[in-house]
Formats: sequence, C-alpha cells, structure tokens
Amino acid sequence: MSDVKKVLFGPILANNPIALQILGICSALAVTSSLKVSLVMAIALTMVTAFSNFFIAIIRNHIPNSIRIIVQMIIIASLVIVVDQVLKAFAYEISKQLSVFVGLIITNCIVMGRAEAFAMKNGPAMSFVDGIGNGLGYSAMLIVVAFFRELLGAGKLFGVEIFATVQNGGWYQPNGLMLLPPSAFFVIGLVIWALRAYKKEQVEEPEFKIAANSRSQEAL
Amino acid sequence: MASGNDSIKKTIIVALSLCLVCSIFVAAAAVGLKPIQNTNKDLDRKRNILSAAGMLEKGKSVDEIFESVETRIVKLQTGKFATQAELNEEGIKPETFDQKAASKDPELSIALKGENDPAGIKRRSNFSAVYLVMNGDKIERIILPVHGYGLWSTMYGFMALQDDFNTVIGFGFYDQAETPGLGGEVDNPNWKALWKGKEIYNDQGEAVIHLVKGGVDSSDPNAEYKVDGLSGATLTSRGVTHLVQYWLGEEGFGPFLSRLRSEGVQ
Repeated sequence: MSDVKKVLFGPILANNPIALQILGICSALAVTSSLKVSLVMAIALTMVTAFSNFFIAIIRNHIPNSIRIIVQMIIIASLVIVVDQVLKAFAYEISKQLSVFVGLIITNCIVMGRAEAFAMKNGPAMSFVDGIGNGLGYSAMLIVVAFFRELLGAGKLFGVEIFATVQNGGWYQPNGLMLLPPSAFFVIGLVIWALRAYKKEQVEEPEFKIAANSRSQEAL
Repeated sequence: MASGNDSIKKTIIVALSLCLVCSIFVAAAAVGLKPIQNTNKDLDRKRNILSAAGMLEKGKSVDEIFESVETRIVKLQTGKFATQAELNEEGIKPETFDQKAASKDPELSIALKGENDPAGIKRRSNFSAVYLVMNGDKIERIILPVHGYGLWSTMYGFMALQDDFNTVIGFGFYDQAETPGLGGEVDNPNWKALWKGKEIYNDQGEAVIHLVKGGVDSSDPNAEYKVDGLSGATLTSRGVTHLVQYWLGEEGFGPFLSRLRSEGVQ
C-alpha cells in the first residue's frame, strides 16, 4: 500500500516532473495564462499519461525493442486524438482556447518519459497509478503557475474578478507581462527555488566552483 | 522480455496489429463524436451572431432565439441576394456556408493585393452570409460577418446594424489572437459597448468610421464616426479600422447595404 502511495503522491513534491525533472515546460508556458484552461489541460494530460502507461504496460512483453519508441508514440498519439475529440464534443469553448496544445500533448516529454521509464518495466495497475501520479505533479505545478499569472495578469481567478482592473474602472493596473508566455519561466523558476529551499536534497551538485577572488587572467 | 520479440516476423505482426487496433479506436471516436461536435460549432456561431446583435437573453436557449434570424447569402460584387440558381451552381447552402473555406477556393473567391487589400485578408470570397432579423416584411437588424488582420492574427467578428443600415447596434470579435491585455482588449465588453450608436457612413455614403488615438472628444461634430482606439495597441486599432472600412465599403457590403436602403428586401 505504501508503494502505491509513493508512486501516486511522490511526483507532486518529491519528484515533480516539471520542478525536478524539468520536463513538459513547453505546455506549462503556453496554457497557464488562465486557471480554467490550465485545469482542463492538466486533466487531459493526466488521462493521457495514465492510459498510455496502462496500455503500454499491458503489451510491454510483446513490444519489439527495435520499434519500442514508435509503438509508444502510436498509443500516445491515438489517446491524444481521442481526448481532443472528446473535448471538442463536450467542452467546445475550452478546446478552442487550448487549440493546438492538446495535440501537442503527444510531444510532452512527461508522457513519453513515464512510458519509457516506468510502464516498460511495471505491471498495468501500477503503471496506471504512476501515470495519475505524474499527471498530478504536472497539474499541481500548472495550477500554481496559472494562479499567479491570472491573478497578477488579469486580476481574475477562474474568470471571476478579484482585483478591479484599471480598464474596468478599478485600481489594479494589471501586469501585462504575466499574460505572456515568458512570465511562466519566472514563476516556475521561483517555485523551483521555493521547493529546493524546502527540500534540500533536490539541490543539484554544482558542476564546477568559482574559486574565491579569481580574476580572468587569461582574457587579459 | 520474452525471447523472439526482435524477430522480423514478430516486429511486423506487432506493428500491424497495433496500427489496426489504434486506427479503429481513433476512427470510432472521431465518427462517433462528429454529430455532437457539429452541434457545438453551430451553437457557437449562432451565439456569436446573437451576442453581436445584443440579442442574447438569459433563460432562453440560443437555438430558440436564433429562430427569428434568417440566414441569406449575398453576392458581394452585385450587392444582391444570390439567386437560387446561383446557389445551386456553386453548391452553396445558406445554413452550412463556410466563408473561411470559400475564401480559399479559387473558384469562389478573388485574390486581393496591395492597395486592394487594406484589411490584409489576401482572398475575399465572392459570396457572404448575412443574418437578418425580420419584423414582418422589414429588416429590423442585420448582422454582417467581418474579418481582417490585426497585429498578430486575423480577427473574425460580427457587426450588427440597425434598420437604417448605418447605425451600429453591436460589434465584437469571436476569434482573435492579439496581445493579451493590449490588443486583446478588443474583447473587453466596455470597449465593445462604445460602438453602440456609432454611424458608419458619412453624407457622401463613404464608410468613414474609424478608431482614434487618445479617445473621442464628444464635442467633435464627427464624433459619431469615431470610436476610442485601444491604448497600447496602435496596430490592432489600425487593423480594426481597416477591416471595418473594407467590409462596409465598396468592396464589401457597401453596394448591398445601399441597395437595401433604397429598395428594401427583395
């Protein structure tokens, strides 16, 4: 039981796919300008990761090594198309906002990474749980980033006004940068900093050290 | 791993059967969900049209309200409603006419270049759908689809006019990707509300409505032709001016509207 717990909740803080492994950054930049869209994206990615892990784990003993990656991609791509179709049918407004990013789940490194690293070696049930867990880790990060971006960029949360903005006759001058993708880099960076300050073991060994009082003599 | 997985035979069998299973799965989802998706698309289009005309009401479904709206196809060049013969010839049905697709079809559109293309749309379809809200035999409101290039994206919207075919009832975009917070403010309800009551044509019948920098001075005698520009979004504002003037001008709905004014619906 503790195994399941570790696989399920580990990726949220201890082994977050975005914060520790730095995977799936692309979509985290693109869709986090509003909470609602981020939430749908998070659910879609969690579903895809869980089911692709599940199916790949089922047939893992029959996958020829030479076409391993292609087989994984076919399963992931099929699932993504199905998710895209379902969104278009049942959440049309949001699917319009997510546009290409649902399709781009195919190239999200988290999905492939978990298929290759976990589902190829573990049973279907455990792989499914692992997929959900990593999806949750991704979701947690996305929601934190989207919270700050939507609040500071538009003065809203889930589209509901929190700060009255200047455009609507209020006091809050929204920070336009927060609505643009680069701001997600700053927020993600700050979250990683906070996380590593709290969990010291995540801090990486420096690759080299700058000696004290050194001067760049060679350049002179 | 089971041995023999890497033999050529096994590789081909696995690849083929996986492809087969996945394609059936994907095809089933796509075909099975198609009707719901089409309903959604249709509903979205109707909602956008009604929202531009300010006709959305709480407690009434979009389909219910849309029953009072009549969709007609206009031949832009002549400014007349397309006759049934013309529609049959081109295979167009008013309810399903897709102007985006028609703009790409060389047989249904004309190419625009340089000065002829102020709105930056490259091709203009020969036909356009218009939406009429009738009151007996007379048109009460008319809703026209417009589009044009802003700063980053082609903006698609609807312009609703009163029965004088000059005064704006409402204007809004349903599809755009301008800079959030700057050009993206074209979606701001407060800005959209500024369009209400503005007039398109001057006494000479030219489409002169435009966006101005720094806000409209209400004592200006021409204030009815001017709308506040979007602050920090000069290029988006310019794009909006160009697309409105283009679509309501001689190359767009101009001939059609002036004919309606003089002859009424026929």
